[in-house]
Amino acid sequence: MTEVTELSRPEGEALDTREVLLNLGPQHPSTHGVLRLVLELEGEYVKRVDPHIGYLHRGTEKLAESFTYTQIFPLTDRLDYLCPPSNNLAFALAVEKLLGIEAPIRAQYIRVMMAELARISGHLLITGALPLDLGAMTALLYAMREREMIMDLLEMISGARMHTSFCRVGGVREDLPDGFIPKIRAFCDIFPNRIRDYERLVENNRVFLNRTQGIGVISAEDGIDLGLSGPNLRASGVDWDIRRDEPYEIYDRLDFNVITRNEGDCYARWQCRVEEMRESVRIIEQCFDQMPEGPFQIDMPTIAFPVDKDKVHCSMEALIQHFDLSAYGFKVPKGEVYSAIESPKGELGFYIISDGSEKPFRMKVRAPSFVNLQGLFVASNAQYLADMIAVLGSFDPVMGEVDK
Amino acid sequence: MSMEVPLDRAPITERFGEAIDDLGFAHGVHSFAAPPEMIVEFCRFLKEHPALRFNFLSDICGVDHYPEMPRFEAVYHLYSLPNKWRVRIKSRLGDPPRVPSVIGVWRTANWHEREAWDMYGIRFEGHPDLRRIYMWEGFEGFPQRKDFPLRGYKDKLNPFGVEGTPPTQPDLATKNIP
Repeated sequence: MTEVTELSRPEGEALDTREVLLNLGPQHPSTHGVLRLVLELEGEYVKRVDPHIGYLHRGTEKLAESFTYTQIFPLTDRLDYLCPPSNNLAFALAVEKLLGIEAPIRAQYIRVMMAELARISGHLLITGALPLDLGAMTALLYAMREREMIMDLLEMISGARMHTSFCRVGGVREDLPDGFIPKIRAFCDIFPNRIRDYERLVENNRVFLNRTQGIGVISAEDGIDLGLSGPNLRASGVDWDIRRDEPYEIYDRLDFNVITRNEGDCYARWQCRVEEMRESVRIIEQCFDQMPEGPFQIDMPTIAFPVDKDKVHCSMEALIQHFDLSAYGFKVPKGEVYSAIESPKGELGFYIISDGSEKPFRMKVRAPSFVNLQGLFVASNAQYLADMIAVLGSFDPVMGEVDK
Repeated sequence: MSMEVPLDRAPITERFGEAIDDLGFAHGVHSFAAPPEMIVEFCRFLKEHPALRFNFLSDICGVDHYPEMPRFEAVYHLYSLPNKWRVRIKSRLGDPPRVPSVIGVWRTANWHEREAWDMYGIRFEGHPDLRRIYMWEGFEGFPQRKDFPLRGYKDKLNPFGVEGTPPTQPDLATKNIP
């Protein structure tokens, strides 16, 4: 009945419309995890978005307060579970700063190489997943093929495909295995051509271009104000990369470009990531070319297990230190540190307050995905509901990191 | 990691004098202590001063120094994109902990402050939407406080928690009211 009266309304009079609340998620293929978006719609347009997060909250920060520093590494793996080596590196660097030590050069190269492998594997997923969200399935299948190669490389180094936990405070767990360098060299040889393939899959795909270009635009000012970092901010034209601007480990010895785009739309964010993979391959190539021989762990028996296990068997002192280290962990001097790295998603910072014991008094994770997700407030403004999928996908949020 | 040109503190001492405590430089970050009532003014000054330009808010976090009193602290990490400086502002809060919101200075403070409220019960005054962010609505207590048990309190959702209930806080209702 009401519809009839609506239709018989005289011309020119405004239609009586009302807002619709739509629940997207928490179980939805396009949310890349468990994320629930409450959308306020006006017709087909999104008026307001309210992300509800916390479905994956595991209390990493609270747990860390009851763990020793070495035990925290597996917890950091599970933050951004697509690229665990970066998280390990960020945490190790923060603790090393508090201790006032530095890992040996060879260990630094191994860590950087793994972090860049992780960056490629993380970016590969979004390279394929964003077209998938928009209906182009092929790219994901190709991306997964190459991601598998990286998984194999990580497995060769650490024994684990995803949660590597390979970093240690003061170095890495083991030296590189025999026959690793030829394998990674082979990967670096073929991978740039494969990146070209992904680009060719989508750059003439009109559907993909129409649904990403000019969609979800964020200006540089908005991006900085919203705290975006990493490729999400560089796609808006902000030339900022912690690897170059505050070089940690051996990044100051490496030659790489910081990729920026000026458009600030979904396509620019996607492009930035694809280009970054090329730079990562260059970094990895330089790493294994420059990598010196030498120890992979710091020679401090109170912090790292001795490489030469015979010492433990022959010297009483070494045995006691070994027992102490495995039973209680090591003490970290009183103080506080904030240490940030350029993780694949952006600025990954660890703020650690130490009270002088074996466990951190407070560990705060500045998770880039958590902050990047706030970009939705601007990017979703006055977009079509259907474009929300592209906008969300282009931010590449990893819920393990958002929810900590 | 390294500050190539050290932070120029002159404008800060000139403007604030003794009100802002300089805690010195360590591990690449310069620390200041500011009383809660000056936080917004100090942040705005750091952001807008032409020689400083701390335009990027990295992080806000709560800290619980229990049993030390006053137990709560809000810690802000700022970054200056043009100058590549990092600054930490620490602010000890009374009990119940209250601090003015800096959402008017950086919009990114929104979720950081919601997280600190959710985990520590620090009330950010002037925040337009101070709801819990990780825990569900109706959750009682603030889980990252030092006196909150790691396993949580026993209830029908958590059979492995410890017996008891979260300490009631007459002034701070645990409901989601701003």
